[in-house]
Amino acid sequence: MSATTTTTDVTIDYLLHLADNAVVLGQRNAEWCGHGPVIEEDLAMANISLDLIGQARLLYQQTAARMGGDVTEDTLAYFRDDTQFRNYTLLELPHHGPLVGYARTDRDYATTIVRNFLYSALMVLVWEALQRSCDDELAAIAAKSLKETRYHLRHARDWLVRMGDGTDESHARAQAALDHLMPYTQEFWADSPVEAAAAAFGLGVDVKTLRPAWDAIVDDALAEATLKRSAATGYVTQGKNGLHSEHLGYLLAEMQCLARAHPGAQW
Amino acid sequence: MSQTVERVWAELERLSDPEIPVLSLREMGILRDVRETADGVEVVITPTYSGCPAMAQIEDDVRQTLQSLGVPARVVTRLAPAWTTDWMSETAHEKLRAYGIAPPQGRCAEAAVAAPAAERVLRFVRGAGQGAPGVACPRCGSLHTVETSHFGSTACKALYKCLDCQEPFDHFKPY
Repeated sequence: MSATTTTTDVTIDYLLHLADNAVVLGQRNAEWCGHGPVIEEDLAMANISLDLIGQARLLYQQTAARMGGDVTEDTLAYFRDDTQFRNYTLLELPHHGPLVGYARTDRDYATTIVRNFLYSALMVLVWEALQRSCDDELAAIAAKSLKETRYHLRHARDWLVRMGDGTDESHARAQAALDHLMPYTQEFWADSPVEAAAAAFGLGVDVKTLRPAWDAIVDDALAEATLKRSAATGYVTQGKNGLHSEHLGYLLAEMQCLARAHPGAQW
Repeated sequence: MSQTVERVWAELERLSDPEIPVLSLREMGILRDVRETADGVEVVITPTYSGCPAMAQIEDDVRQTLQSLGVPARVVTRLAPAWTTDWMSETAHEKLRAYGIAPPQGRCAEAAVAAPAAERVLRFVRGAGQGAPGVACPRCGSLHTVETSHFGSTACKALYKCLDCQEPFDHFKPY
């Protein structure tokens, strides 16, 4: 942090982190729209994505208002490049195991469910705490988002248990998805100057303090799902600090291409 | 209440939720307030789910109604306190039932203050897959029902099935 960083700068960066998380996972999960494994899950993913994109819009609107000038929720979502996004790397990964960005393979619903579970388990705690943010607008968005995220967690946890405690095949795939994704959760607790500054003046929450509660939610569900908690070790990703995997570029290309091909277009 | 404000309330009462046409915006708890300001009338609305696609339509409907009344008015969106299904009256519940939707069960506000944060979250998710207890079939009234999907045609509803009359139905989830 430079000495000239103001609380407004921190607020903008912190809101962007929350908004980018929501929009990137919303975009990822929306890939299931029309391709869901069963129609009920197709609807569930579309509805969860709508909630996430709705949360992102509220947060981008607040960010834009503080940035001023020509900035709008649309310029923030569609006209920033991957290095300007502040989402967790976990959320930009494709719905399958580790492959290079241009590889194409079938989507794996276990990966989708495990990711939604790990992230929603964190966000119910984050939104719960942010209801007490010193920023009234953020507190209001948190109160709304908490209600929605509880349903996301409930959905993901339910499927996690069904898959883990299901057939040999579903168990193996849920465990493989967990082994693949768990290391990315290290980023939740990694140092971030923006998060530290936001927590210091009561805008944000110190995520590290939520870790025991997150562990409890995860362990409780994994025990019921008969899954083994994978080690969270190895490289600590830094998406929230702007260093992303190659997958974010592909995701944004799809999300942003229409807006960039026709800038300022109106319906 | 001034005559203008009264007239605006009366006119807006005719507007319904595009997804649930049996409830007015006031009964849904979306229309929060109509008040007189120095330069006209201010209508306060509180959005439901963050991503609800009906909200844009609802705002347009309110604007159009105000315009047709010829009253200089503006629409203000208020996020806090967050919209909750607690704001629906017993009459609204009755209309939902008659329309084939099981109304939300219980009061969210009371459930929310009962326990500390982490415990509350755990308690909320425990027992997932079993659905909310006591969701009665809107057709035959049986409590012998099962949740078939967490999400229905819209984010605010879950899919249920009655094990007595065999009818599938929507349940308006507590929010």
